[in-house]
Amino acid sequence: MSTAAPARPASAPRGRTPFAQAVGIVAQREVMTKLRSKAFLISTLLLLAAVFAGVLLSSYGPQLFGDSDTRVAATAQTASALEGVEGYEVEVLGSEDAVRDAVEAGDADAGVVQGDGPSGLVVLGDREAPTDVLQALSVQPELQLLDPNAPDPLLTYFIGIAFGIVFFSSAITFGQTIAQSVVEEKQSRIVEIMLATVPARAILAGKVLGNSLLAFGQIALIAGVVLLGGAVTGSQLLLDGLGMPIVWFVALFTVGFVMLAALYSAAAALVSRAEDLGSASSPIMMLIMIPYILVIVFNNNPLALQIMSYVPFSAPVAVPMRVYLGTMEWWEPLLSLAILVASTVAVILFAALVYERSLLKTGAMVKWRDALKR
Amino acid sequence: MLSLHAISRSFGGHRALSDVTFDVTAGRMTGFVGANGAGKTTAMRIILGVLAPDGGEVRWDGRPITADDRAQFGYMPEERGLYPKMQVKEQLVYLARLHGMDARTAAARADDLLERLGLGERGGDTLESLSLGNQQRAQIAAALVHDPTALVLDEPFSGLDPMAVEVTLEVLRDVARSGAPVLFSSHQLDVVERLCDELVILAHGQVRAAGTRQELRERHSSPEWVLETDDAGFVRGIPGIEVLEFDGGHVRFAADDAAHADRVLREAIERGSVRSFAPSVRPLTEIFQEVVR
Repeated sequence: MSTAAPARPASAPRGRTPFAQAVGIVAQREVMTKLRSKAFLISTLLLLAAVFAGVLLSSYGPQLFGDSDTRVAATAQTASALEGVEGYEVEVLGSEDAVRDAVEAGDADAGVVQGDGPSGLVVLGDREAPTDVLQALSVQPELQLLDPNAPDPLLTYFIGIAFGIVFFSSAITFGQTIAQSVVEEKQSRIVEIMLATVPARAILAGKVLGNSLLAFGQIALIAGVVLLGGAVTGSQLLLDGLGMPIVWFVALFTVGFVMLAALYSAAAALVSRAEDLGSASSPIMMLIMIPYILVIVFNNNPLALQIMSYVPFSAPVAVPMRVYLGTMEWWEPLLSLAILVASTVAVILFAALVYERSLLKTGAMVKWRDALKR
Repeated sequence: MLSLHAISRSFGGHRALSDVTFDVTAGRMTGFVGANGAGKTTAMRIILGVLAPDGGEVRWDGRPITADDRAQFGYMPEERGLYPKMQVKEQLVYLARLHGMDARTAAARADDLLERLGLGERGGDTLESLSLGNQQRAQIAAALVHDPTALVLDEPFSGLDPMAVEVTLEVLRDVARSGAPVLFSSHQLDVVERLCDELVILAHGQVRAAGTRQELRERHSSPEWVLETDDAGFVRGIPGIEVLEFDGGHVRFAADDAAHADRVLREAIERGSVRSFAPSVRPLTEIFQEVVR
C-alpha cells in the first residue's frame, strides 16, 4: 500500500462550483439514474406501443370488425336493383323460396324479392331489420350539413380523457420519481454532504430540471407516436384536428410539470422516510387529479372549460381541448401559457424555501407552515 | 488554519454551544472529544455551513470563512449517507464533480482512494451490496475524493474493524501531511489518544480543554514518576517528594521537579537494582473524566 501523500493539484484553489454547473451535474444524475432503470425503459416502451396501437385501432378498427361485405340473396329479377350499390355481395338465386331459405339458414344476411309496394321490392331479414340494406334501397331526401366540421361530442369526450390520462399519468410518474429522489437523499443523509458542497437551490433546480426533461421527453415521444400513427393511417382527425392541440399540450405540460415537480420536491423534503411520502404528496396528487376529472365532466361545458384553461393546474388539459373545439381566440392559449409561467415561477420560489428549510429537519413529518419558519 | 471563534447556537430553549473557541491547526490531526450531546455534531455542521451559528464566526486562515472555502472541505457527517443503489465509484465521481472537479480527475482520484482503502475491486458495486465496514470506507473516500483543503469527520472510526482503522488512519495522516487541518470526533478515547496531535474536549456545549496531548497532560496532572525496585520505602524520606502510592517495591510519587525525581533514582541505584523508573503518564480517559465533570 502506498503511503505517499496524495498529490495536490498544482492549480489554484478551486472556488465553489458555479450554480449552473452544479444544477447540470445534479440533473445529469437524475436523468442517467432513470434511463438506466430497466423498469422505466420497459414501461415507457409499453406505453408508446399502447398509444401507437390505440391510434391504429381507432383508424382501422371499424374496418377490422366490419370488413366482410353484407351478403344479400336476390332473385334474378331483383338483383338489378342492387347493382351499383357498394359493399354488398349479391348472390342470385333461382327462386323467391330459395332466397327465403338462404336468409333463414343464415347463408345470407338479407334477401331481396319482388313485392307489391311502390318500390316493387321486399327486403327480407331473419330476426332484425337489415337497416343498411333498407337504407341502400331507400330513396333519401337531399341532405345539407350546416357545420360539417363540428366536433363529434363522443370524440370530444374521448379526446378529453386521452389528454387527461396522459397528463396525469406522466405528472404522477415523474412527480413520484422526483419525490423519491428527494427522500432518498434525505433518508440516506447524503443531502448533508451535498449541502456542505452546493446550495440547496442548486440541488432542487437540478432535480426539477432533470425530471422535467424526462417528462418532456416522454410526452414528446407520445405526441410523436400519435402524430406518426396519424400519418401512417392518414387519419384527418389526427393530422388536421389534433395537431395544434397536441403542440399546445406539450408546451403547457412542460411548464406545468416544472411547477408540479417543484411542489413534489418541497413535499418530499418535509418527510424523512419513504413511507411518509404518500401522505405528504397527496395534496399535490389532488391538484393533478381534479383537472383530469373536471375536464371529463365538463368537456361540453364551454364556460367551465374556459375558466379551467386559465387555472394553472388545469390549463395543460383544458387549453388543448378548447383549441381542438375551436373555441379559443388565437391569443388565449398564449395568455394561459403566460399565467402558467408566472405561477410556476411563484411556486418554484415557494418550493425552494420549503425545500431549503426542511432538508435537515428529520424525524416526524414537517408541517408546511413550520417548514417556512426558520 | 481553521478557527471557531465564540460560536454559540441554541435549538429552541436548549443551548447546544456557548462561546466555543478553538483552532484546528493546518497539517495536524485534531481530536474532538465529548460525551453524546456535548455539541460536537452541531459544531461540525456549523463549520461546514450546514447550520448557521447564532453568534460568533468560523475563520479560515484568519478571515471569515466563505462558501468558496467551504466548498473545498471534506465532510463526513455523523449520520452516514451515500446513495444505496448507486455504484460506489460513480457516486464518488459525482460528489467530486459537485465539488468542482472535472470528471476525469475525479475518476482517477476515486480509483486511487478505493485502492488505498482496500475497496479497489468494489468500485462497480452498489453501496448497499457492501458490508457495513466497507460502506464506512466508501464514506471516508467520499469525504476525500475532491482532494479537500480541510477535513471534518464526525466519528470516522465507529464501525470500523482494527484493520480498517489503521488503513483509514494512514489515509487521514496523508491528508494532514499535505497541509490540511483535520478535525475528527470520536468516543473512543484510546484511539484519539493514540492518533491525534491536538485535542479539544467539549462538555455541555463548552470547550473544557484544548491543546496538544502533552499540554493537556501537563496542565491536568502534576509530574509523577513510578519506581520499581526491591524496597522502595526510602522514598518517603527524601525531601520534595510526595508519595502517592506505595506497595513494597512499587512506588508512585509526585516531585516538585525532575531534579528531585533524579535524586530518587540515584538513591535507588545505590540501594539495589532498579527494575523500572519512568514518568507516570496519566491516561487521557482520566483527564477527560476530570475536565468534563
